[in-house]
Amino acid sequence: MSDDDFMSDEDFNDESLEETDSEFEDETYDDDRYLKYDKPQRKSYEVEFRVYSDSQIQKAQAEQIEEVSNILGLPSEQCAVLMRHFKWQKERLIEQYLNSQEEVLGAAGLDTNAARTLKIEKVKGFMCDICCNDENGLETFALRCDHRYCVECYTVYLEQKIKEEGESGRIQCPCEGCSTLVDSKAIKLLAPKSVSDRYQVLLNRTYVDDKDNLRWCPAPNCEYAVDCAIGPKQLTTIVPTVVCSCGHHFCFGCGLNDHQPCPCALVKKWIKKCEDDSETANWISANTKECPKCLATIEKNGGCNHMTCRKCKHEFCWVCMGPWSEHGTSWYNCNRFEEKAGVDARDHQAKSRASLERYLHYYNRYANHEQSAKLDKDLYLKTEKKMTLLQSQSGMSWIEVQYLDSASKVLQQCRQTLKWTYAFAFYLERNNLTHIFEDNQKDLEMAVETLSELFERPVEQLASLKVEMMDKTAYVNNRRIILLDDTAKGLLEDKWNFTVDLN
Amino acid sequence: MSSGSLRRITKELTELNENPPSGVTACPISDSDLYKWNVTLTAPKGSLYYGGVFHLNLTLPSEYPFKPPTLNFTTKIYHPNVSNDDKGSMCLGILRAENWKPSCKILAVLEMARGLLLEPNVDDAVETNIADQYKNDRAGFEKTVKQWIKNHAKEK
Ligand SMILES: [Zn+2]
Ligand SMILES: [Zn+2]
Ligand SMILES: [Zn+2]
Ligand SMILES: [Zn+2]
Ligand SMILES: [Zn+2]
Ligand SMILES: [Zn+2]
Repeated sequence: MSDDDFMSDEDFNDESLEETDSEFEDETYDDDRYLKYDKPQRKSYEVEFRVYSDSQIQKAQAEQIEEVSNILGLPSEQCAVLMRHFKWQKERLIEQYLNSQEEVLGAAGLDTNAARTLKIEKVKGFMCDICCNDENGLETFALRCDHRYCVECYTVYLEQKIKEEGESGRIQCPCEGCSTLVDSKAIKLLAPKSVSDRYQVLLNRTYVDDKDNLRWCPAPNCEYAVDCAIGPKQLTTIVPTVVCSCGHHFCFGCGLNDHQPCPCALVKKWIKKCEDDSETANWISANTKECPKCLATIEKNGGCNHMTCRKCKHEFCWVCMGPWSEHGTSWYNCNRFEEKAGVDARDHQAKSRASLERYLHYYNRYANHEQSAKLDKDLYLKTEKKMTLLQSQSGMSWIEVQYLDSASKVLQQCRQTLKWTYAFAFYLERNNLTHIFEDNQKDLEMAVETLSELFERPVEQLASLKVEMMDKTAYVNNRRIILLDDTAKGLLEDKWNFTVDLN
Repeated sequence: MSSGSLRRITKELTELNENPPSGVTACPISDSDLYKWNVTLTAPKGSLYYGGVFHLNLTLPSEYPFKPPTLNFTTKIYHPNVSNDDKGSMCLGILRAENWKPSCKILAVLEMARGLLLEPNVDDAVETNIADQYKNDRAGFEKTVKQWIKNHAKEK
């Protein structure tokens, strides 16, 4: 890593969120500093993205509004309304405005009579149509449409629209049938600070919602937005996983949790299929919880798939229920669905049974990794507790037991990846490249199971396993990178054939 | 409820009494609570609902006129825009919070309700089955409407 890279890394950690010069429009921005692993180049499965805070988003809007305001010679509140109306397509707005000013203003809910400045006024002989108050000296307000109401009513109206209904950019004049929009200047003039603050937050949201290259982090209570240039058309060739500053990994394309290497379209189809077929799947998973040898009930309490029956000591694979002895060797073949040679293609029943079996093969592995990820995590949390104890007994420091934490994180991530490799494989048409994918999947799966198995060791042993665990963690991670890189390249180069259409 | 709210309702009530809309009677249930009204609708000639007398409850929220009134048929009516349950509720047009403006008046709500007796709004129906029947089987629809009027909406 060069000094330069190192510096930018520092910049990011220290002040990226307070950065003053916004780089929203900077297309050439190099995002290497976001890579989790210190690689000199972006991997084929990684995409460029930036994370923005609330205040940065506000600032970016203000700058664009200011720019348009200078060009069109309109007050910035009105430009804000125009920009929102044009979904922030600056060039389109300017072009159309220069063509027919009145039409554009009218369509955006602004009156063409822009000369009059909005202010709170007292009007002789006025009665408010909302509250029917006609006291002398009543403070009143009207937008450019001249529908005048008392300030108190206006304030109540705005507060209700903003605080209760969550409205912002589309609030209209209170008059029935009038579509003149309330702009930010009117809000500032009329609403208390808590309401106008809320208004700003809501407006901010519409900005992100309106722009295709921005998306809110879907993590609960997270207020960051991610900027990524991957458009809907590219989603057949790339799976754009982004990482928010809050730590959440998600897909920029569909907003779901990270689902690499599976393209969004397949994820959608797969989830739908699983919902439709869940009854069958439940039946199967509920019926595979006995030792294949002695039929004793087996309870799974860790993510590891290497099961040993407590009663008869038989070792078997939780997923395929086959003997484990066949799994640890080079001919491990739990991941591959063996198309049955003997199926008579003319026999419709046999065909549909075979297709169900095929689905269940992939579904069970998919569901199992999902389940295992949870169990792994539970186990880690239990282990962590024990480690704290161990720490005080063995004199190991907190730093020294971090290898467990990183091992757990890598396991979670890899199970997530593995889970989606099965949805990917389900829709994958066999060709001469499929075996490379299956080998990568198998290698990752085996590595994950080995690491997962280490987690299940008694706590007393864990300290002595530190080096082994660290090695395995690095290895597992590496296998994941290889698999993702290979599948992403295949997608980009259109080398995978799927049984369904990605568009 | 604010003084503005009461003042506004009182004014609307006066206007309604001075200029009553045709086919509609509307007034608060009691002088002590101006937020609950009894409404009676009769359908205009030419309407499928002609001959029926329909009773409704109009409820004004304490935030009125910043929030819309609610309107419920207490007389059973076979209509695409009225929920076919014991509530007889309506939820369309200005009765929806997002469409309501504080300058809208009770009169507009009453006129809308009466207008729906002349012509149901099938695009915004609560009872989609009834709306489908209205579109595809007008004769069957009319038959049920008449039957229900006979059973529920005849004043003795
Ligand atoms: Zn007022
Ligand atoms: Zn207006
Ligand atoms: Zn986040
Ligand atoms: Zn996606
Ligand atoms: Zn056993
Ligand atoms: Zn297996």
